[in-house]
Amino acid sequence: MSDDIILEMRGITKTFPGVKALENVNLRVRRGDIHAICGENGAGKSTLMKVLSGVYPFGSYEGDIRYEGNECRFTGIHDSEKLGIVIIHQELALVPMLSIAENMFLGNEQAKGGVINWNQVRRRSAELLRKVGLREDPDTLITNIGTGKQQLVEIAKALAKDVKLLILDEPTASLSERDSQALLDLLLEFKAQGMTSIMISHKLNEIKRVADQITVIRDGQSIETMNKADITEDRIVTSMVGRTLENRYPHREPKIGETIFEVKNWSVYHPLHPERQVIKNVNIHVKKGEVVGIAGLMGAGRTELAMSVFGKAYGVNITGEVHLHGKKADTSTVGRAVKEGLAYATEDRKVYGLNLIDHIKHNVTIANLPGVSSGTGVIDDMRELKVANEYRKKTNIRSSSVYQITGNLSGGNQQKVVLSKWLFSDPDVLILDEPTRGIDVGAKYEIYTIINKLAGDGKGILVISSEMPELLGICDRIYVLNEGRIVGEMTGAEASQEKIMRAIMRSLDREEKLEGAA
Amino acid sequence: MSTETAAPTANPAKATAQDAIKANLREYGLIIALIAIMLFFQFTTSGVLFRPVNLTNIVLQNSYIIVMALGMLLVIVAGHIDLSVGSVAGFVGAFAAVLMVDYGMNPLLAGMLGIAMGAVIGGVQGYFVAYMKIPSFIVTLAGMLVFKGLLLWMLGGRSVGPFPTSFQALSAGFIPDIIGPLTLVAPTVDAAGKSLPNTGVVLHSTTLLVGVIIVALMIWSALKSRANRESHGYEAEPFSLFVAKNVVMAGIVLFLMYKFASYRGLPNVLIVMAILIAGFVFLTKRMTFGRRIYAMGGNAKAAALSGILTERLTFYIFAIMGALAGLAGLIYAARLNQATPKAGAGMELDVIAAVFVGGASAMGGIGEVAGAVIGAFIMGVMNNGMGIMGINIDWQQVIKGLVLLGAVAFDLYNKKKG
Repeated sequence: MSDDIILEMRGITKTFPGVKALENVNLRVRRGDIHAICGENGAGKSTLMKVLSGVYPFGSYEGDIRYEGNECRFTGIHDSEKLGIVIIHQELALVPMLSIAENMFLGNEQAKGGVINWNQVRRRSAELLRKVGLREDPDTLITNIGTGKQQLVEIAKALAKDVKLLILDEPTASLSERDSQALLDLLLEFKAQGMTSIMISHKLNEIKRVADQITVIRDGQSIETMNKADITEDRIVTSMVGRTLENRYPHREPKIGETIFEVKNWSVYHPLHPERQVIKNVNIHVKKGEVVGIAGLMGAGRTELAMSVFGKAYGVNITGEVHLHGKKADTSTVGRAVKEGLAYATEDRKVYGLNLIDHIKHNVTIANLPGVSSGTGVIDDMRELKVANEYRKKTNIRSSSVYQITGNLSGGNQQKVVLSKWLFSDPDVLILDEPTRGIDVGAKYEIYTIINKLAGDGKGILVISSEMPELLGICDRIYVLNEGRIVGEMTGAEASQEKIMRAIMRSLDREEKLEGAA
Repeated sequence: MSTETAAPTANPAKATAQDAIKANLREYGLIIALIAIMLFFQFTTSGVLFRPVNLTNIVLQNSYIIVMALGMLLVIVAGHIDLSVGSVAGFVGAFAAVLMVDYGMNPLLAGMLGIAMGAVIGGVQGYFVAYMKIPSFIVTLAGMLVFKGLLLWMLGGRSVGPFPTSFQALSAGFIPDIIGPLTLVAPTVDAAGKSLPNTGVVLHSTTLLVGVIIVALMIWSALKSRANRESHGYEAEPFSLFVAKNVVMAGIVLFLMYKFASYRGLPNVLIVMAILIAGFVFLTKRMTFGRRIYAMGGNAKAAALSGILTERLTFYIFAIMGALAGLAGLIYAARLNQATPKAGAGMELDVIAAVFVGGASAMGGIGEVAGAVIGAFIMGVMNNGMGIMGINIDWQQVIKGLVLLGAVAFDLYNKKKG
């Protein structure tokens, strides 16, 4: 019976300080289906799944969840797992230095009175590994098997908990084509056995292949649910991105000059897996007064590109050249890159951008201490205070004073501190990595205003963003990066979300064929 | 510190006297705690604690701990730890002793070589921490064992001493009285014409003069920085509070100087300490080098991405720590007038405790030189006071341990609340 609903989420609204992540989201999943959830980065898919699995406990959101006809009020992930709802997160939750078997029963140990029954562990893990088609010794350490196999261990771990509803958050994002296919086959096999799955995915071809129903989420709202018969790539794309751009972006008259920044034949390899090429022969350039965007899905290599250019802060075996003002520049350390006139405002401001336990003043000047000190390294306190106050005003940081601890600022104001820091280092080219992630619309507008002003002052700006509307709203030109390769370049005028998505899709198809041929 | 609480709108803090006192209370909480502890022991030891000879003793007893606490502060603010300092101090003391006593080397040269040896040892450990990315806990634990062993090997079970008097003067000497003694009350003279001890008041006038000069400098620099703030249009604290604060500080300095003057004057080692403390305050508060340490301790990744050469910085910090451990070893050896196989044992724990009592964060990024020094004195005064009271060494340890735990717990509680 096709209307046998196993899960219904109704009117789910979830707010974080300053952001409405989900607004009145509805989701109905039929028993025995594979139900796909699609949406852009940041649309709220993962948040929705965290609400479902109890990561965000009952009471922290509005709306209700009905599972098997009963209302559920999960206080934690334990409660949902007891009912057989198991989530596999995008970042795998495995302990690298424990064995496959130990990981499979983590938190669910086969024990009596705290004593682990290792024979039972081995027997059951071997049995479950067979079920997911993984031929590995259960005693092998997780760190010694590849990502694809780790994903299978996660699934086996879910099976060990008697899963009835399996949720997979972008399960194939970091898998090779062959591993992805195997995983999808496995899902279909589980379906044949009657299991229900929810799969979050970007990859439309995969969705088309396995999903029975698709729910599209955009801007924290559920847009529509379509049946297998109605699924076309066009319809998904339109539904995912189909919003009108209102006046969310300040206007700017571009005054574009000569090329100021060039990256030529740039290749980078993964620091831990040196055989994996993360950036593949990338060529990009930015002109004076130009705002250039880099679009791409998560894991496309955007941050890796920026960090490897900026003082080789990421990756190994880096080859290629960086040119500034038409001359070859030495950006081999962060200090040298800064001296050459490059600045990079990081993606995760809390982890890579700010000293959260120190105040605004010290954070603003840290990348350019010589700018507030004498030649012998003595800081002029008054000059520093003046600089901090000046930039606080310039970027409109809302705080009680420059002595406010940055950890207590809102996301938008923290981002302004990061921008201030780099503005004070007086760069010619700024790379801004996700400059508006997790900040509210008003603060976003302020950040865009700052970006426009910088471009107006003749600086070159490179913006990395997962939010396509943002790139379309502020960029003069957009590169599309996928799997470490530039797969598209378009002017702001001709760019559209559909075009960007298509460029990514096309390259994915190409990769697939290449792998198929190999 | 009063600005820590978040106010959503711009609010140019109007410094009211009440706010200023609140802020200062927190800032000076440690000093107040130290004074309270001193007054407590002054009472329980029926006045022995503040006797000139005892105050001088407190300085001499804690000088090597304070010297090492300066370096340890940098290490801990940087987010590391150095467990080897006690062993390194012992080793360097023995190294210098052997050079002077067995090889007849000039004390100054031997001392210099000792400090250089300390710097090299610190640098090597720093290399492993900074460039090989081995956790400092492990590197310096290894260093602790290695140098404890090398100390035993070098001395071969004997004690080496005594030292030339010029070397002893480092710990046992006092500054010369250039001006000559100032007799306030003539001491009682016995039949043989000898003055009896503990009678009369004869002051070391050079020490008094130094005290007056220090106070003058303090007030001058306070006035200057206040004027500087005002000339740049920033609000300074209320004048009444400013005066009160400086009068109290000046009073404390003059009181201590008077006490030193009525014994044998300023100990040489106090001069060394004072110069080092002033230097480290300047380094951490005013110099880019210090600022970068705080930035690295607060968020090493962000610091590296701001162009700070975090590896080199870490290396330097450990080298400085090593040099100070070397100097502390010299001071300790000079104080005992011999290098012993047990020298330095357990010292690292006192040093680390001093820094944490002084408000440094074990997570790195937070801590002040003044705090570490006061922390060392708090522990030192407790040692001294409990010793005079005749409390057994076992209970002394228990009480010190509880004070360390209590001080840090109190600090964290305050931070959460504030």
